[in-house]
Amino acid sequence: MTAEQVWEALDEIPDPEIPVISLVELGVIRDVAVDGGRVRVELTPTFLGCPALEAMRSALTAKVEELGGEPEVRVITDDSWTTDRISPAGREKLREAGFAPPVPRAAGATTLVQLQSHVFRCPYCDSTETRLENIFGPTPCRSLRWCESCRQPFEQFKTI
Amino acid sequence: MSERAQRLLELADDELIVGWRDSEWTGIAPTLEEDVAFSSIAQNEIGHARALYELAAAELGTGPDELAFDRRPDEYRCAPLVELHLLDWAHTIARRYLYEEADRVRIEALKSSDDAEVAGLAAKIDREEVYHRLHAELWAARLREEPRFRDAVAELWPYALGVLPPELRPELARRVGLEPASNSPLRAAERGSHTEQLRELWEEMTEVRRSAPGAQW
Repeated sequence: MTAEQVWEALDEIPDPEIPVISLVELGVIRDVAVDGGRVRVELTPTFLGCPALEAMRSALTAKVEELGGEPEVRVITDDSWTTDRISPAGREKLREAGFAPPVPRAAGATTLVQLQSHVFRCPYCDSTETRLENIFGPTPCRSLRWCESCRQPFEQFKTI
Repeated sequence: MSERAQRLLELADDELIVGWRDSEWTGIAPTLEEDVAFSSIAQNEIGHARALYELAAAELGTGPDELAFDRRPDEYRCAPLVELHLLDWAHTIARRYLYEEADRVRIEALKSSDDAEVAGLAAKIDREEVYHRLHAELWAARLREEPRFRDAVAELWPYALGVLPPELRPELARRVGLEPASNSPLRAAERGSHTEQLRELWEEMTEVRRSAPGAQW
């Protein structure tokens, strides 16, 4: 078994909350190391309070076992995950599913001025005439915005 | 217990208890948007507590749930600020604002810790807390001239000072624009003593777990 084969298999695991995107596309797999039959996978959570973390851990364990490997899934709680790790293909899948992908990280922390600026694009009609409704949303990773053009609410990935 | 484990438990207990208090607004906040906001903030804070308990638990040879729920109320190391049962929106927002400002000061300090695990987790927490601060900032700007809010901030200020060790308090005072010295004979509500309100919270928080000791859920 090679690390490449493991990466390909892990790319089949959907995110537990937004199944249109895989864990690999989401960028939460930080490293894969194969040593004989042993497979070590490093998982870096999106948000620390995300209840999907346990589901991700068990899905990764099951997938490695399916390949015939002996899994060791390590959860790394440093700041190595940012929304910039979501792959271009993953971003497009989010948008198609009606979730506005995160805007790229700027230098420094997000400010209210940025959240109120016209860089957030409606996933339905592509307009940037959108306004912030709520910094928070149905899960830790999302905010709520309103599109002034097509007059619909939508969920915007927070940039972290 | 090592100095490191003690500091981790202080931080974890603050985050667990403040998250618990924030979650009390789920379903009864004054607007639907605030209901969503407080619920989400509570989830984040309790998530931070879990990650911090895990670091402490690895050192203490126990688990995060044991640390969160199996200690007696007097063994918790949280600051009195987070324990207060606040029934009034002005006080609730004043606590959110003061807690986030105090938390920002200590997280900033922890990010440059020599302990790589602690520094890494602090940096992770900091990324999420940015959004809590924006929420607090919005409310503080909206209510700044309201006498009820100003009174609530003044009343909770000694409690906010008690969140931080003395050497970090001047930085908090500078950020909030209140001077510890000028409010003399003001005394911080120090960590180590607990309010009766913590015991009431603890009774409810641990009730299910105590009803079936050792159960695997």
